[in-house]
Amino acid sequence: MTSINRKAQQSDVEIISNKKVGAYHHMVFAAGDMAAHAKPGNFVAIAVGGAASSMILRRAFAIYRASDRGQYGGTIELVVAPHGQGSRWLTSLQIHDRVNMVGPLGTHFGIPTEPVNALLVGGGYGSAPLFGLAEVLKERGCRVDMVLGASIAGKIYAPLEGKRSVNSLTITTEDGSAGQRGKVTEVIPGIIEKNSSEIIYSCGPMGMLAAVEEVSKNFQTMHQCAVEESMACGIGICMTCVLPVRDNQGVIKMTRSCIDGPVMDGDRVIWNSSRKIPEGTWGAL
Amino acid sequence: MSQEFQAFDFRCKFGSKYFPYPIFTASGCASSGKELAQFFPLSEIGAVVTKSIALKPRSGRATPRMAETPSGMLNSIGLQGPGIDQFLEDDIPWLLANNSRVVVSISGETVEEYASLARRLRVVQGLSGIEVNISCPNVENRGMVFACDPVASKAVVEAVRRNIGGELPIIVKLSPDVTDIVSIAREVISAGADGLALINTLLGMAIDIDAMRPKLAGKTGGLSGPAIRPIAVRAIYQVHAAFKNVPILGMGGVTSGRDALELIMAGASAVSIGTANFGNPTAPIKVKRELEELLRERGFSSSHDAVGVAHEK
Repeated sequence: MTSINRKAQQSDVEIISNKKVGAYHHMVFAAGDMAAHAKPGNFVAIAVGGAASSMILRRAFAIYRASDRGQYGGTIELVVAPHGQGSRWLTSLQIHDRVNMVGPLGTHFGIPTEPVNALLVGGGYGSAPLFGLAEVLKERGCRVDMVLGASIAGKIYAPLEGKRSVNSLTITTEDGSAGQRGKVTEVIPGIIEKNSSEIIYSCGPMGMLAAVEEVSKNFQTMHQCAVEESMACGIGICMTCVLPVRDNQGVIKMTRSCIDGPVMDGDRVIWNSSRKIPEGTWGAL
Repeated sequence: MSQEFQAFDFRCKFGSKYFPYPIFTASGCASSGKELAQFFPLSEIGAVVTKSIALKPRSGRATPRMAETPSGMLNSIGLQGPGIDQFLEDDIPWLLANNSRVVVSISGETVEEYASLARRLRVVQGLSGIEVNISCPNVENRGMVFACDPVASKAVVEAVRRNIGGELPIIVKLSPDVTDIVSIAREVISAGADGLALINTLLGMAIDIDAMRPKLAGKTGGLSGPAIRPIAVRAIYQVHAAFKNVPILGMGGVTSGRDALELIMAGASAVSIGTANFGNPTAPIKVKRELEELLRERGFSSSHDAVGVAHEK
């Protein structure tokens, strides 16, 4: 079991940009030192609703990009889907408003020491952390192919500047309103074969991650995924965001996705185990 | 020297042990302290009350385990933990090395399990107390919640008292989900409790109206957060009225110094910060700072002097 991200800190940060992009909001925060320590795959936890809020739990957001230099010092960028009450409150804020942020939190995507052929797969706003990852991989001389999927075109997050950091971008939508009709898992076998992909990085809904792991297993590629479990604290104290994961000794343990994740090896996760404790889990009753 | 510059007397006492500050963490809301230590020195609070530990490792319940509710949350963790052996090997040495005072919370399924846990803890050096959690609502058989039965509560506390020896204070954590909390308190005090922890979560439930099923995999969960604070205030007030000399560790939705002071005025000698840690990892320090300001404004020079004052007016 690992421990909390050693660089995590808490501070009030200023919103310096908030723009609607398709179904999402792209938000930029002047986050100081937090930005310098953020790595692709890390997330932040934000208090929502203001001082008298009835929403008592933080909301976790994957970091889209982080930059440690610029006009505002360090900045952290998020892609926020205004789905719930908390995220709607956040996206309704104005420039110069401040929010309380804890970050960077969690594990980050492992970067290969040698140049490899990487395939990045994102679902919906799950594409957010993949663009920063793509930049880092390109700097290391990797080939980067990206597949982004969503139910409809408006839920694909693929900004122009993000597209520049990849060798190819394939889009799938379930209704065919953009790119190829279908799911990401229908196109990735062809891309793996064509580009000899050696590692898959994925981020998105749990069902998609499980399906990507199946493909990865068939091709014997490595697979790192950022899992999505609902969190109460984001800092490892509440034990709500757990999922069953095999540890180094092969023992299945209910593992905190905020501390031992969100980035995990896909072949360690016991998939499709919501609402049950898998047989053989350590300490199962 | 003006009053502002005098050190504020924050001491509180459970059994034979003094604590320098009346702000603790609530069991299950600080894990074993390591994570919060990233945000403030643990020595700055009275004690870390650890997540309730069982004899053997426990996976806890299936997910989803959490549902946010208005000014609160439901959890059904189910006492996930490594078991007492690994806990004593890893967590306790780390806490003591980091100058944290430690109250170990224990949870068993039988009276004998509580006795065994007490025997294991008796030989551990450096602990400041034991919290006997007889009120976790997240067990498979709700009939096993000892705190709903005065006879069972008494049996557990007697077993712990017999096995822990006379030195270490025993704080017994009670459930508000009972008809008469004072009668339960009476039994555990007579069995040797040095203090009472009030209150544990209340059993609640939420339903996902789209999926048309309970939000929590375990169906029911413990409700915590500011939503339950008035219930904590009531329980503390009732128990303090009946047992003036038994110190109470109060908890239930405390997020500010104002809330802590409310529980103290009801009769709590110290206050635990629970769910508020999830929303704000520096909540215990914020509460402590605000509490001192509020007490000074009201002319108190110690937190002890404010304990139970609401009973006098």
